[in-house]
Order: sequence, then C-alpha cells, then structure tokens
Amino acid sequence: MTTRIVELRQGILKKNDELARGLRQRFTSAGVLVLNLVSSPGTGKTAFLERTLRDLLARGSRAAALVGDLETDNDARRLAASGAPVRQINTHGICHLEAEMVAKHLEGWDLAGLDYLFIENVGNLVCPSSYDLGEAVRVALLSVTEGEDKPLKYPTLFNSADAAVITKIDLAGPCEFDREAALKNIRAIRPGIRVFETSAKTGAGMAEWLEYLKELRVRHAGS
Amino acid sequence: MHELSIVSSIVDSVTESLAVYHGARVTEVRLRVGALAAVVEDSLQFCYGIATEGTSLEGSKLVVQILPVIVHCAACGADGEIESLQSFSCPHCGEPVSDLRQGRELEVESFEIEEGEIEKAGEAVTP
Ligand SMILES: Nc1nc2c(ncn2[C@@H]2O[C@H](COP(=O)(O)OP(=O)(O)O)[C@@H](O)[C@H]2O)c(=O)[nH]1
Ligand SMILES: [Mg+2]
Ligand SMILES: [Zn+2]
Repeated sequence: MTTRIVELRQGILKKNDELARGLRQRFTSAGVLVLNLVSSPGTGKTAFLERTLRDLLARGSRAAALVGDLETDNDARRLAASGAPVRQINTHGICHLEAEMVAKHLEGWDLAGLDYLFIENVGNLVCPSSYDLGEAVRVALLSVTEGEDKPLKYPTLFNSADAAVITKIDLAGPCEFDREAALKNIRAIRPGIRVFETSAKTGAGMAEWLEYLKELRVRHAGS
Repeated sequence: MHELSIVSSIVDSVTESLAVYHGARVTEVRLRVGALAAVVEDSLQFCYGIATEGTSLEGSKLVVQILPVIVHCAACGADGEIESLQSFSCPHCGEPVSDLRQGRELEVESFEIEEGEIEKAGEAVTP
C-alpha cells in the first residue's frame, strides 16, 4: 500500500465558470447588456424590474427578462405585463441561478434583437454570489425595510456587486431608515460603487437608474 | 445553502481524476476556500459525509484551508490582508480598496490516495 498526493488545482465551479464565459461572449457579440439582480426575497426585485421594463419599452428600448424562483411563474407573469419578453426559471429547491439554467432558457431568443436582458436571481443573499451567469453588471438590492447593516452581514454578495439599489424609499420615513448608515455600510464593503435610491411605487430615482443603464450600454458597446 | 452542490462538484472532479488510479481509495481532499467564497466550512463538512457515501471518497477527510482577503491598494501601492470583512480598506494607509487579489477562491488543491498493487494505468510499475 502506497500513499500518493495528487495535485488538482481545479476550480470547484469550473463548469459554471466556463459556461458563463461562453454566455458572456455570446452577450457581447449580440450587443446585449446583461444585468444580474440579487437580493433577499421580498426586497422588491420584481417590482423594480416591472418598472424598469415598462420605462425602457416606453423609451423605445428593447428589453427582456429571465426570472428565477424556486417555484411558481408569478413573477414572470407580473413582468410580462410590461410587454417585454419574459421567461421564468424554476429552480425547484436550488437557492441560486446557474449559467446552465440561463443558457437553457435563452433558447429561441434573438439576443441581437435586444438592448437589455435582466436576470432576476433567486432571492438569497449568499449563494448567488458564487455563480457567474455571464452578466456584465451585477446589481445588489437592499430595501429600506431590511436594516441598514445588511451589507455588513453579507459582505460576500455586496462586495461582488457593480451597482447597488436601495428600494422602497417611499417607506423610508415609517421605517426610520438611516440613509447615511446604509450608504456608509454599502461603501465600506464596496468602495466607489454607484448607489441608486428608488421606489417602484412612486417612481422616485428611476430616471437616474435609466440614465445609468444608457451609460452602461455605451460603455459596454465601446469595450 | 449550496454547499451540497459544491460538495457534489468536488466528488465529481476527484472521481474524474481518480479514473487513472485503478482501485485507489481517497483518504483526504484538500480545498482552498477564500474568505469571500460564500461557503461555510461546517456545512461543507456536513454535506461531505453525505455526498461521499458509496463513492471512492467515502470515509475520507476534508481539509479546508481558508484564505484571507488580500487587496491591492491603489493609493499606496501595497498589498495586504484586510482587517475585517466589514471594512474594505487598506491595512497600511486606510484608503478604501476595491482591487481584490485573493479571497474568492473555491478550489480543490489536491487529494491523497492509497493505492493497492495496481499502479497508475499506462505507467510502468514505479518503485
Ligand atoms: N411601498 C413599496 N412596496 C414595494 C416596493 N417595491 C416592492 N414592494 C412590495 O414589496 C413586496 C415584495 O416585492 P417583490 O417585487 O415581489 O420582491 P422580490 O421578492 O425581491 O421580487 C411586494 O409586496 C411589493 O408590492 C416599493 O418601491 N414600495
Ligand atoms: Mg421576485
Ligand atoms: Zn494603502
């Protein structure tokens, strides 16, 4: 009997990473800007997206969405009311989306005919951060009802984000939301990140967000 | 909780590399896990026992090396380990930092096997 050490040096999520790289190339060559939205359940991802899709379509942009949930197609139906093409991904117990699920649900879609593709991840502040979906921009959302210290409690996710959105700001008063503390905490984890403050109910902050989306498209088309 | 799917991937990749070592038994698997990798060691250990059952990895030990977050500071040019996961600032000059050099790793570094009489396929018998 002999003992031997076998060096492997292999990424555990290698399969997902490779698929995501392939997707990113596809998205880039199709000229579609892909955003991955992550937050806890109930933060308001779907409401924020409903509004974003409606506003983009009204401005003549072409946008579509994939939405991940453990079960039901409720969110897809809500989003489809905007008029945008929407597909539901049911993960049946898996707590995050993976590149393979995204690839599978893109079948038959003409990506070159899109300006924006939004992917609403499964509501979870831990697991989605490990899985690259080939997105250009990862957006972390935080609602005023969740507590200002969420970014400190989930640094892994907030540190991996490219932009942050504070949602439900129409409820900031009743919730005694400490805006300064929230901004400070987000920036402690991710220095320099762009932060948007929005309400899907009143539409506050949406204009700035849409402007940012437009800038992103220009930036990514140029790179 | 995605530790079970992570552990299943570990079992898959080790099993795949094991194919050339006929009849070998895995005794230990070593992981390198960044402090920002979004996995919890206790859950990994718990899931490992379940996921290795009935495989060539059954009964093996999982050794997890946690790698601290190393950042590069644009302001002072130094590399260093951040003092806490709640503050991404340079340990030398205190400036905010966003350039991560280590901390998101999630990889199988190596595994240890016990080989019987049969040696690596295609290889001459080594002393
Ligand atoms: N007052 C208020 N409620 C909101 C807002 N956005 C979402 N909600 C509510 O918050 C709950 C969860 O929203 P949803 O979009 O389903 O969250 P998701 O789980 O992150 O997709 C729903 O009851 C929404 O009506 C907002 O901007 N203001
Ligand atoms: Mg939703
Ligand atoms: Zn420094």
